[in-house]
Amino acid sequence: MPTYGKGLRGLSILTFVTITVALALVFFYAPLDSTQGFIQKIFYIHVPLAIVSLCGFVFGGVLGVMHLRTGDRRWDMRSYVAIHMALIFGVAALLAGSIWAKASWGHWWVWNDPTLVSYLIVLLMFATYTPFRFSIEDPERQARYASVFAILGGAFVPLNFIAVRAAQQYVHPRVLTLTGSNLPGPMLLTFLVSLLGITLLYVTLWKYEMAAKNARIQIRRLRRRLLGDDDLSPLQRSAAPSL
Amino acid sequence: MRTALAVLRKDLLLELRTLETVPAMALFSITTFVIFHFGVNRPTVDGQLAAGILTVTLLFAGILGVNRLFVAEREQGGFDAFLLAPVDRSALLVAKASALFLFLAAFEVIAVPAFSLLLLGPPLGPALPSLIVVLALADLGIAVIGTLVSALAVQTRARDVIGPVIGLPLLIPALIATARAIGPLLGSRGPAPLAGKWLLILALYDLVFALVAYAVFDFLLED
Amino acid sequence: MAETPAIELRGVARYFGERIALRDISFALPAGATLAVLGRNGAGKSTLLRVLATLLRQHAGEVVLLGEPLPQRGFAVRGRLGLLPHEPLLYRDLSGRENLRYHARLYGVGPERVEELLRGVRMERRADEPVRLLSRGMVQRVAVCRAVLHDPEILLLDEARANLDPGASELVEPLVGRPAGRTRVITSHDPQAALAEADFALGLRDGRATFSLPADQVTPDHVRELYA
Repeated sequence: MPTYGKGLRGLSILTFVTITVALALVFFYAPLDSTQGFIQKIFYIHVPLAIVSLCGFVFGGVLGVMHLRTGDRRWDMRSYVAIHMALIFGVAALLAGSIWAKASWGHWWVWNDPTLVSYLIVLLMFATYTPFRFSIEDPERQARYASVFAILGGAFVPLNFIAVRAAQQYVHPRVLTLTGSNLPGPMLLTFLVSLLGITLLYVTLWKYEMAAKNARIQIRRLRRRLLGDDDLSPLQRSAAPSL
Repeated sequence: MRTALAVLRKDLLLELRTLETVPAMALFSITTFVIFHFGVNRPTVDGQLAAGILTVTLLFAGILGVNRLFVAEREQGGFDAFLLAPVDRSALLVAKASALFLFLAAFEVIAVPAFSLLLLGPPLGPALPSLIVVLALADLGIAVIGTLVSALAVQTRARDVIGPVIGLPLLIPALIATARAIGPLLGSRGPAPLAGKWLLILALYDLVFALVAYAVFDFLLED
Repeated sequence: MAETPAIELRGVARYFGERIALRDISFALPAGATLAVLGRNGAGKSTLLRVLATLLRQHAGEVVLLGEPLPQRGFAVRGRLGLLPHEPLLYRDLSGRENLRYHARLYGVGPERVEELLRGVRMERRADEPVRLLSRGMVQRVAVCRAVLHDPEILLLDEARANLDPGASELVEPLVGRPAGRTRVITSHDPQAALAEADFALGLRDGRATFSLPADQVTPDHVRELYA
């Protein structure tokens, strides 16, 4: 049984440092946006959160593929954690974006922006992941079906993005296009450091949760071995993988 | 695929015998058009609005078909019967998706003219060939996603709810592309030419999900 | 040189989450012999049958059917197995004949075989009515046909004679009974009847084997222990 705690301290410190540096850059280094002013700085949180969450969903899909290919339920555990971490980051991205939208456009939400709408659709879809898992009782089948869901979702993210982006008008500022970013130098640097920080945060939290779940499973296994099957109270039905 | 044909034949026979799916879809869509008629409070619709109404109705009617797709298998031991046989298991996916595609096509034969009668302003005739192409691609997407989602849902406890809840978001890109493709076809001054980019997106969507479906379906059946 | 047994299980286990359905089941059944699996409801009889039918994969141990290890070689043996579970596995809105023809197509068997079997169980006249209109005894007769349509070498029977009156029982005997010469695994709620037509017996209790003996060595005490 691998322990996910290996290197966790180092990773946490690295994450903390990177985020601190990013925040410092955001507040002291990045220039003030000429049109939006100070509030534009939310961009440095909002966009990395959105990008990392979308990557997290795709990552969850890849882990689902590994589960189906190997039959090893630890991959399902990894996939589960990846997806619900990504969902949390996604909701955070939506909230940050909402604040930004209100401040710069005057609305908490707009429907005619494809980026926003496509993002909401993705989150809506993945919000059904946990209820879906919960509705299947047999743990093995739950894991297999959840992996299929994760794969479907992972394939869905890029397709959804393409479809919605093709649907014309956008209010959302286009900062990253195929030709490269149109951010000036200092902004680009700040953005990249923020992106790195949020990515590290995701990975660190992922590892933390994996370590915690892993430990709980080990403990239960030991208890089973020590106490015998009959004395152990049965596991409640749950959406989380139980191995 | 001999097996897929055998399963498809059985499903078509069952549908002809019980008439559970296609009439329900057709009836639902006609009712929905009437509701929209009152909801939008206009004598006729055209353009993007018409396309939106048509596509959304087709999608929701399609969900009705999706929910019923594997019910007989689940309740009457059809899965066991199929899994016992020395056959390629992906044939079930092909057969069910084909059945759903045919059901969609059949109900559209009724629903689209009904739409034209009840709601549509401009005449349907000139737009019909392009419309058929778009609907064919859209139906393919609904068939593949619908079959997958139905197979996922049929083994869960909340099976009537899970299907639409997972399926509808997954189908939104197809919905967008279909509605945007149809919009110019129903313009009040006659149909504009079909925009290739939406067909491309629909085709890409169909292809990706068909491949994914083919790859994962076996895992849904095994135990 | 001993012949390869038709069915061989070694240390087979199957779980549902943390619940043990089968644990450490081992036996070897020679070709043409009949094994009776006895036990209460929930003892694991149906699970064992489903594992043998390749519908469930074992979580531990080895299953070898006709020389082929499962689950990897499941596709190679499926066509040589027949399963008759509690449910008849027939579509209620199709007729008996339509159901059997569908299965025949799945197994690559011709329609003449369907007619032959229907005649054998005296269902040929009522075979065109939807299954939901047939009595349970008739449904069971059609289900028996379905199970032996492809003339399997191994037959797995879960309460094969349920719902059959003595006359119908006689009709299906040549298909699923000992005379057919197939290797059989049968379960039954009637231990006496099962033991009477078996060569070997396996007793299950809470997923574990309490005895695995030739049928004539099974004593009433053995049986009582299963139901205690």
